[in-house]
Amino acid sequence: MHGAAAVRGAQKSLLRFFMGGSVDDGKSTLIGRLLHENGAVADDEFAALMRDSARFGNSGQPVDFALLVDGLEDEREQGITIDVAHRYFSSPHRAFVVADTPGHESYTRNTASGASNADLAIILVDARRGLLPQTRRHAVIAHLVGVRHFVLAVNKLDLVNWDRAVYDEIVAAFREFARLLQLGSLVAIPLSALNGDNVVAASANTPWYDGPTLLSHLETVDVEAEQSATPLRVLVQMVLRPDRDSRLYAGVVAGGTLRRGDSVQVAPSGLNCQVDRIVVAGEEREQADAGTSVAVGLDRHLDVARGDILVAPDRRPQVADQFEAHLIWMSEQPLLPGREYLLKVGVRSVAASVTGVKHRLDIVTLRHEPTHTLALNEIGVCNIATAMPVALDSFADGRRTGCFILIDRYSNATVAAGTVDFALRRGINVRLQTLTVAKGARAALKVQRPCVLWFTGLSGAGKSTIANIVDAKLAARKRHTYLLDGDNVRHGLNKDIGFSDADRVENIRRVGEVAKLFVDAGLIVLCSFISPFRAERAAIRAILEPGEFVEVYVSTPLEVCEARDPKGLYAKARGGKLPSFTGIDSPYEAPEDADLVLDSTGAGPEALADRVIDLLVTRGMIGSDGAG
Amino acid sequence: MSQSATTEHSVAAAGRGRLTAHLARLEAEAIYILREAAAEFERPTILYSIGKDSSVLLHLAIKAFAPCRMPFSILHVDTTWKFRDMIAFRDATAERLGLNLIVHVNEEGLKQGINPIASGSQLHTHVMKTVALRQALDRHRIDAAIGGARRDEEKSRAKERVFSLRSAGHTWNPRQQRPELWTVFNTRLGPGESMRVFPLSDWTELDVWEYVAAENIPLVPLYFAADRPVVERNGTWIMVDDDRLPLNTGERPQSRRIRFRTLGCYPLSGGIESDAATVEDIIAELRESRFSERQGRIIDHDGAASMERKKKEGYF
Repeated sequence: MHGAAAVRGAQKSLLRFFMGGSVDDGKSTLIGRLLHENGAVADDEFAALMRDSARFGNSGQPVDFALLVDGLEDEREQGITIDVAHRYFSSPHRAFVVADTPGHESYTRNTASGASNADLAIILVDARRGLLPQTRRHAVIAHLVGVRHFVLAVNKLDLVNWDRAVYDEIVAAFREFARLLQLGSLVAIPLSALNGDNVVAASANTPWYDGPTLLSHLETVDVEAEQSATPLRVLVQMVLRPDRDSRLYAGVVAGGTLRRGDSVQVAPSGLNCQVDRIVVAGEEREQADAGTSVAVGLDRHLDVARGDILVAPDRRPQVADQFEAHLIWMSEQPLLPGREYLLKVGVRSVAASVTGVKHRLDIVTLRHEPTHTLALNEIGVCNIATAMPVALDSFADGRRTGCFILIDRYSNATVAAGTVDFALRRGINVRLQTLTVAKGARAALKVQRPCVLWFTGLSGAGKSTIANIVDAKLAARKRHTYLLDGDNVRHGLNKDIGFSDADRVENIRRVGEVAKLFVDAGLIVLCSFISPFRAERAAIRAILEPGEFVEVYVSTPLEVCEARDPKGLYAKARGGKLPSFTGIDSPYEAPEDADLVLDSTGAGPEALADRVIDLLVTRGMIGSDGAG
Repeated sequence: MSQSATTEHSVAAAGRGRLTAHLARLEAEAIYILREAAAEFERPTILYSIGKDSSVLLHLAIKAFAPCRMPFSILHVDTTWKFRDMIAFRDATAERLGLNLIVHVNEEGLKQGINPIASGSQLHTHVMKTVALRQALDRHRIDAAIGGARRDEEKSRAKERVFSLRSAGHTWNPRQQRPELWTVFNTRLGPGESMRVFPLSDWTELDVWEYVAAENIPLVPLYFAADRPVVERNGTWIMVDDDRLPLNTGERPQSRRIRFRTLGCYPLSGGIESDAATVEDIIAELRESRFSERQGRIIDHDGAASMERKKKEGYF
């Protein structure tokens, strides 16, 4: 490892690339070919491949290279790629990591995963079939998640007799698409993955082509230049305390170069300081480039925590609580504007919601289509609001500070990948007016602790009946209350919205905000709403003070509700005349730990209402008798 | 900045001049992942198998938090059939580095007399490794187990995420993996769920060895060629590490110059004939090698896609 080998090794760099294209266009075959020709397929693996080719092979050749990369049982049996696979090979000049991605549209989220860390994308096209929707989709996704270098590999040219006209036509069509998309650098290469033409060795079949072979392009393409030009960003992952007095901020240089003695600013707080120590993997350094994991010492004690970013004072990120972003939606549950998700940007997590969807992108035509939601695998442009201001860059300026994921708070699923277009400034200008009479003072005048009694349950469960009795009992005790009922608000405040999932979310969001104002006014607010989704109920709990949200689950089972059917709605729903009816063809998510569960099959509404009153007394919301 | 200038610059900045740009990038990425594991979980633990990958992982974990102490405990699931050299090395390493080492043995399995010889490799591996690991993770309430597995080892591993979710019961669902975008890791866990974390995901076997060479990382001597008492079984050399290995009639241990590419339970680990006695020799040998690393691993060949099945059940 010393002498010549070490010198040779010192120049070796790493290139991550992504292999995209439609199913059956030959992605796995091309990767298998690259691995094999670079000596990355060991003899025992090759022997296993020969066995598997006889058993599962689809290529009609003795060796089906695709089977080298399709690793999961389901994949081998169905002959398709489900999830992104990573493979490794090395040439004398570079080490390569290949992300092989699924061709099927239904596995788009895996495709985005594979592309997101790639320096370069190969988009593979079958010369006989030309550009397919999935070809375009992969190019769009790779572009969207930040890939700046593209190779258009026109495959299976042997099957069209190496016809240059076919190649030229495909390249022209893709160049036009790339122009509309503002794709980065693009190199087109004619090849046959199965036979190896222009993969490693130049092919005699393409005398009309004088560009590089695929491997020689991969070995020489410069993908590092732009990274060092980005402004300084150090993501703080954690605080290290080597001794009682000193602190080191452990993190990664996400952009620019960090030098000892640099003046830096902490975002989002805006505090200034100087770098007086840089530790890399345990060793003191004078500087660290983009991509390096560092521990940074500062010249003064500041409040710096996980999620903060050290930035160049003259090239600061945006600090905003509203911004526009591109989203790739990755969940079977569609995007619901207004619903609260967890947004993770860099290493910082913050509550956020989509405040509006501007449009959806048609993958083939690149046209903008109007929509107010996004379904699985759809790409759109949205406005996003965060619960508190966060430091971020537009994705074009900072790859690691301008991309984020959205997480569902209940399933913990990653529901979207997003990239920041730009911060919206208007949020910063809307400040809250400080009021002279405080909330506590208003409540004290009424000799009660305000709260929201939230009755949730199926239609016909008895929510409104019980809530009305509770309201009457509280009035009898001279308590100050207000009752918000689902049917009533839909005649006024919410008469402009319907019953789709997105509309239900907005319906409940508005009621929550109104309830919050009434709590602020010192009232005990009774809310009677089906409110089928956990996320929305939790969102209301979150905007209130701890203890103010009292969730009352009226747990009457569906059969009982349907048998009662006081408004005849179940009959209509069963008859198909009332779509999206909760319990029939729209889900009801029961509370997991309600403050109170009322079973209306076991007791009458009077007795159940008394249990609510008892709970208010126990919690100290009201006094134990009418005297308050 | 031209590419060669960048590379020279990175090496100069490395101060040591030992790590290539490629290894420096892998090191930085692994440290980032280890710090995320430390920051996001309550009881993150390194699953330590004593092998070369675990040794590199441990080395990286110590560097990631230097000059502070590494915040991880170290878990070794002992089948009681590991090479004696491995156990000696484990204890010496724990002593040298002052590690908080947890050793877990599936005592019920031991009582039932499960062993790799009489029970067969499949049952032994299931009870003494897979089940034992689940026991240890539950007993110590480990919410993130950090392992040295690499995607280049095996085809189902090639599909694994860096932060890989396990459902309650420690099972892996390869069809429903969370998307993993950029380096923004979704580390959220539901009740009973846990995470496996693989900081060496993108390292190859050769990367590991070159890093071992550059960083002078101590390893179990079994990786290096020496004359060892062996018997030939199924075309591979099995070392007679103690008197528990039953010999077939007429079979007599012979001395061969061998070394191991991977280490596990000694009756299930095949050695290769080799003269590679130093790290440099091994790197040279690997560059020439025509066989994959797990070739000597008997347990991986127990059926097509057998690794995937074991992983679905909770094998690391």
